[in-house]
Amino acid sequence: MNHLATNFYEAASVILFGIGFMNLLLQNNLIKKFIGLNIMDTAVYLFLAAKGYIFGRVAPILTNGVVDADYYINPVPAGLVLTGIVVSVSVTAFSLALVQRLYKHYGTLNMDEIMKLSREEEGE
Amino acid sequence: MSTMSTVIQVILVLFLIASAIGVSVTGNLFMAVIIFMGYSSIMAIIWLFLESPDLAITEAAVGAGVDSVLFFLTLKKVHALKGTREG
Amino acid sequence: MALSEKKSFWQKLKAWIDGEEILINADKYISTREKPELPHFAKHFSTENVRSNKKLYRLMSVFVSLVFIGIMLITVTHLPTFGEASNPSNNEVAERYLEQGIEETGAINFVAGMILDYRAFDTFGESNVLFLAVICVVMLLKRDSKNISAAEDQENAEDDVFDMEDLKLILKKGSKTIAPLVILYGIYVVLNGHLSPGGGFSGGSIIGAGLILYSAANGQKKMQTFFTFRTFTLISVACLLTYCGCKSYSFFTGANHVGYEIPKGVPGAILSSGFILPLNICVGLIVACTMYGFYALFTKGEI
Repeated sequence: MNHLATNFYEAASVILFGIGFMNLLLQNNLIKKFIGLNIMDTAVYLFLAAKGYIFGRVAPILTNGVVDADYYINPVPAGLVLTGIVVSVSVTAFSLALVQRLYKHYGTLNMDEIMKLSREEEGE
Repeated sequence: MSTMSTVIQVILVLFLIASAIGVSVTGNLFMAVIIFMGYSSIMAIIWLFLESPDLAITEAAVGAGVDSVLFFLTLKKVHALKGTREG
Repeated sequence: MALSEKKSFWQKLKAWIDGEEILINADKYISTREKPELPHFAKHFSTENVRSNKKLYRLMSVFVSLVFIGIMLITVTHLPTFGEASNPSNNEVAERYLEQGIEETGAINFVAGMILDYRAFDTFGESNVLFLAVICVVMLLKRDSKNISAAEDQENAEDDVFDMEDLKLILKKGSKTIAPLVILYGIYVVLNGHLSPGGGFSGGSIIGAGLILYSAANGQKKMQTFFTFRTFTLISVACLLTYCGCKSYSFFTGANHVGYEIPKGVPGAILSSGFILPLNICVGLIVACTMYGFYALFTKGEI
């Protein structure tokens, strides 16, 4: 329990991932499903960035001319997350474009109704 | 890490969880997107606490800026903005 | 002519490329389209049943999520302590980047040196992902003869009238002062990507946000006087090709900066660190075009 309190960033990211997952499963509205997906994304980024942080060190940008690995935090997770954030935007844009097309075809954003209508269409 | 800084970080993280739950609970799509915007802004501050200023700038521009604009435009297209001019 | 009638492999391949009938012996496949008999357990526990039983579905999903959170929390208690220098993630890779980074790449911002020099190939793939995403959204939302409706036309016409009116006076006047500043700040962030926090991705999104602000205030018609679909493709493809060319040159000379013709300059000067500055500009332009492209396609269905 004590360990969980010191690792609060990791614990929080796990809980956020769970909440996003629950959103993805439970929500009937497609837009809220995609907000849940975005929350899952940021939870993973938070976990990665928390793995790279080290107490008492500064951001990985040369300060006062110190070239020493013991002075800066780990730059690898920052690089990974930076590319991830921008890709998540393109994924969001693509999925929202799909949502607009679905709305244009079925006239609703409710997952269950869309499933029902598509089944009726198939049956014809 | 000083105690004060830890307390602030814990408060920010709790706010993150609260807004994530808020997105799930609220029935209004407009409110959900606004809460998600706040979530992204808090995330940008947390990146600063984790000594990653690159991520903070990107998250503030992308998460709170472009992402929410895309969500709002979708809401407009699907006629979900009640009480506004587009309603 | 069906594929099965042709004898040689090359004839078949040629027919396949020409788009002739793909199915060999199509009757064999069509006749077996009847629904296969479900096994006993699948009749009672099929996914359709779970999904139609609202209460059970909800209960199950909450249960699964909670169990998932619980297992992951137990895993977190076994992870190394947060923020310690001796954690396994802080290994020799990060040490190498931090100690040799300035010497090898010339960038003061270690993250920029990492993603645009050591791992530049990864970033190239990602820029392509952005371009592909815009092309996919164009496929889905572009208004052409098949994707058009009267109601939408009316909405767009109303929006155009709204753009013409003086209703948005404060927004228009405000955007005229703020948008250039936002874009200028974005350009600053891109150009100083190797010296300070920022770089292509952050600066590009800021420039894109500035363009979105200008377009939202003044209407897309005004934006199209200098930014059309042609400009968008030209800028994106030119930037991707420049990136490709720069990195190909770097790979051909050994990828190890041996015999590297581009001078690295003094670390800290604006014209330094070899290819990182031009690559940052390329990535920034691609990201800015992508962000504005998303906005334009989402509002009017055309860039």
